[in-house]
Amino acid sequence: MKKKEKSFRIFIGISILLLFVILLENLSGFIPGLPQIFQPTSPLFTVLKKAAVYSLVAVSMNLLNGFTGLFSLGQAGFMLLGAYTYAILMVPTQMKEQVYYLFGGCAFDFSLLSACEGIFGTGGFGGAAAMILSCLIALLLAGCVSGFFAYLIGIPVLRLKSDYLAIATLGFAEILRAIFQWQKLGRITNGANMIKGFPTFSSFNITNSSGGTVLRLSTFVPFLISALCILVIMLLINSSYGRAFKAIRDDEVAAEAMGINLFRHKMMSFVISSFFAGIGGGLFAMYVANAQAKAFTSVMTYEILLIVVIGGIGSVSGSVLATFLYVACSEWWLRFLDSELYIGAVKVPLLRNGFRMVVFSVVIMVIVLFFSQGIMGDQELNLGALLKKIRVKKERKE
Amino acid sequence: MSEQLLKIENLKVRYGGIEAVRGISLDVRAGETVTLIGANGAGKSSTLRTVSGLVKPAEGRIIFGGEDITDKDPTYIVSKGLMMVPEGRRIFPNLTVLENLKVGAYLRKDDLDEDIEKVYEYFPRLKERSWQEGGTLSGGEQQMLAVGRALMGRPRLLMMDEPSLGLAPIVVQEIFRIIRQISESGTTVLLIEQNANMALHVADRAYVIENGMITTEGTGEELLKDEKVRAAYLGSTS
Repeated sequence: MKKKEKSFRIFIGISILLLFVILLENLSGFIPGLPQIFQPTSPLFTVLKKAAVYSLVAVSMNLLNGFTGLFSLGQAGFMLLGAYTYAILMVPTQMKEQVYYLFGGCAFDFSLLSACEGIFGTGGFGGAAAMILSCLIALLLAGCVSGFFAYLIGIPVLRLKSDYLAIATLGFAEILRAIFQWQKLGRITNGANMIKGFPTFSSFNITNSSGGTVLRLSTFVPFLISALCILVIMLLINSSYGRAFKAIRDDEVAAEAMGINLFRHKMMSFVISSFFAGIGGGLFAMYVANAQAKAFTSVMTYEILLIVVIGGIGSVSGSVLATFLYVACSEWWLRFLDSELYIGAVKVPLLRNGFRMVVFSVVIMVIVLFFSQGIMGDQELNLGALLKKIRVKKERKE
Repeated sequence: MSEQLLKIENLKVRYGGIEAVRGISLDVRAGETVTLIGANGAGKSSTLRTVSGLVKPAEGRIIFGGEDITDKDPTYIVSKGLMMVPEGRRIFPNLTVLENLKVGAYLRKDDLDEDIEKVYEYFPRLKERSWQEGGTLSGGEQQMLAVGRALMGRPRLLMMDEPSLGLAPIVVQEIFRIIRQISESGTTVLLIEQNANMALHVADRAYVIENGMITTEGTGEELLKDEKVRAAYLGSTS
C-alpha cells in the first residue's frame, strides 16, 4: 500500500516536471515579447538539454562507482560507442554519400531511419512515427552495443580492484577513441571527421506545412528519455539486486559469505551502467548534432566523475542536482568570466579567456576540501521530509 | 543417533607453502551444537572458511547433507543452507539494519517478513534500530546483527567464527544465551571459539584443535573436566 502510494507520487512528480519543461520551452511561442531568456536560443535551454543528457550518464556512473564500489573511468568510451551506434544507424540513406564523401561513401548501407520511413512514409504522422520508432530502437541498440562491449571488457577487467580497474577502463576508453579515429575504418566511422545529418533533439519539434514551429519538444525529449532511464536505474537500486550491489561495495568477503556471486553481480552492474552510458552517448550525439570521437576524451569522464562527487557518491538525486548545477555554471552562469569587461575606461583585471576554468578549479577544490560528502552524501532527496523540516523550523520560531 | 549433517574428512589447507590445516576430520550431527576450540593460528578459521567455500582445500573432502561440497562455490554452498557468521562481524556498515538482514536472505525468493520478525524477537535491540546504518551500531549490536543476518538464510547449519571477539563479558554472555536459544529451536550450530569456557558450556560436543590438527574430542562436559584442556584453555587454577 505504502509502496504503491510512493510510486504514484514519483509518477506524478515526473509528469509535472515534464509538463513544466514543455510549457517553459513553448512560452515564447504563446506569449510574444518575452525577455531573451525564454527564447529558444537562450542559454537556459542549452543548459537544460545538456544537463538532461549528462544527468543520465552521471547516474549510470554512480550506479557503478557509488553503489557497487567499482571505480571505473570508462564512461566516455561507452558514451562514444553509443553515440556512434546511434549516428551510424540514423543517417538517412540519401545523406550517406554526402557525410562520408572523404571515403567515397559508407560501407554500411542500412539506415534505420530510412527503413522506418519506408514503412510509415515520410510526411505527417507516418513520418513522425517513423522517426520516433527508429530513434528509440537506435538508442536501445546504442545501449546494447555499449553493454555488449562492457561484457567483453569486463571479463578480464573486473577481476581487478580499485585503482587498477580505473586505469584499465580508462585505457579501454582511450583505445576505443583511437580506433574510431583510425582512417582505415573511415567507411564506417568516417575517420576523424564527424558524422552528421541524423535526427537531433530539434527534429522532434512539431512544425506545420510551411515550416513554422507549432510545438517545441526539443528540450522535452531528452528530459523524457533521461527521466525514464534514471527511473529504471532507481528501481534496480531499490531491488534486491541493488542491495547486493551495496553489500559488495561495503564488504566483499561478507557479501560472498551471504551467497552473493561477486563476479556475476559486478558484471551485471558494469553492463547495466554501460548500457545507460551508451544511451547517454546517443543522446549526447543528438544534443551536439554530430558524432565525433574527439569529443569523448578522458576529460569528459573526469567531468562526469566530478559531477558524481559533487552530488554525493551513492545518491541518485544528488547526481541529478549536481549535473544541473555544474552544467549551468560551466555553460551559463560563469561564462562572463571568459570575456573581457570594461567599466568606463577601466578594464576589470583577470577577466579573460580561460579564467572561468581557474574559478571552476577553485570551486571544486573548496567542495572537495570542505564538503567531501557532496551535496547529498549518500541520502536521497525527499521533498516530503524537507517540507516537514521547514515546517518544524517555522513552528519553533513562532 | 541423528543423521550426520556435516562431515569433514582429512581436510588440509595450505596458504602458499604454509600448511594451516593438517588433516582434520570431524562431524556434526543434525540438531547438535559442536564447538571447535583452539589458540590463535591453530587453524580454526581456515577450517570454517574452507567449509563455506571461501578458501579451496588442498586435500580432503567436505560432505554436507550427504552431498560432496568440497569444490563448490560459496553461492552454491549457501543455497544448500550453510550460513556463516564471519570473524570480526563484517556487517555492511552503510546499509540499514533491515537491509543487512535482507542481504542475509539474498538467495531466498520467498516472503521474508516472518523471518525478520523472528530475528527481532531474538534481538529486540535490532528492531529499535531497524533504520539505523549498520556502522553506527555498537560492537555487541553489530555481532547480534551478524548472527541475525545469517539466520535470515534459514540455515540448516549455522557456523559462527568467534562471536565473542572483542566484546565485553556481559555482552558475550548475552550472545551465548542467544546461541543456546538458536540451537534449542532446532538449528545445528558449529561454533568456533577462543573463549573455551563459554563455548564448552553451550556445546554438546567439542573438538580441540592445535597446530592444524585435532588433539582432543569429547562432550562439552568431558572437556571441561579434562586436565589438559583445563591447563591450556581454562586456566589450571580454577
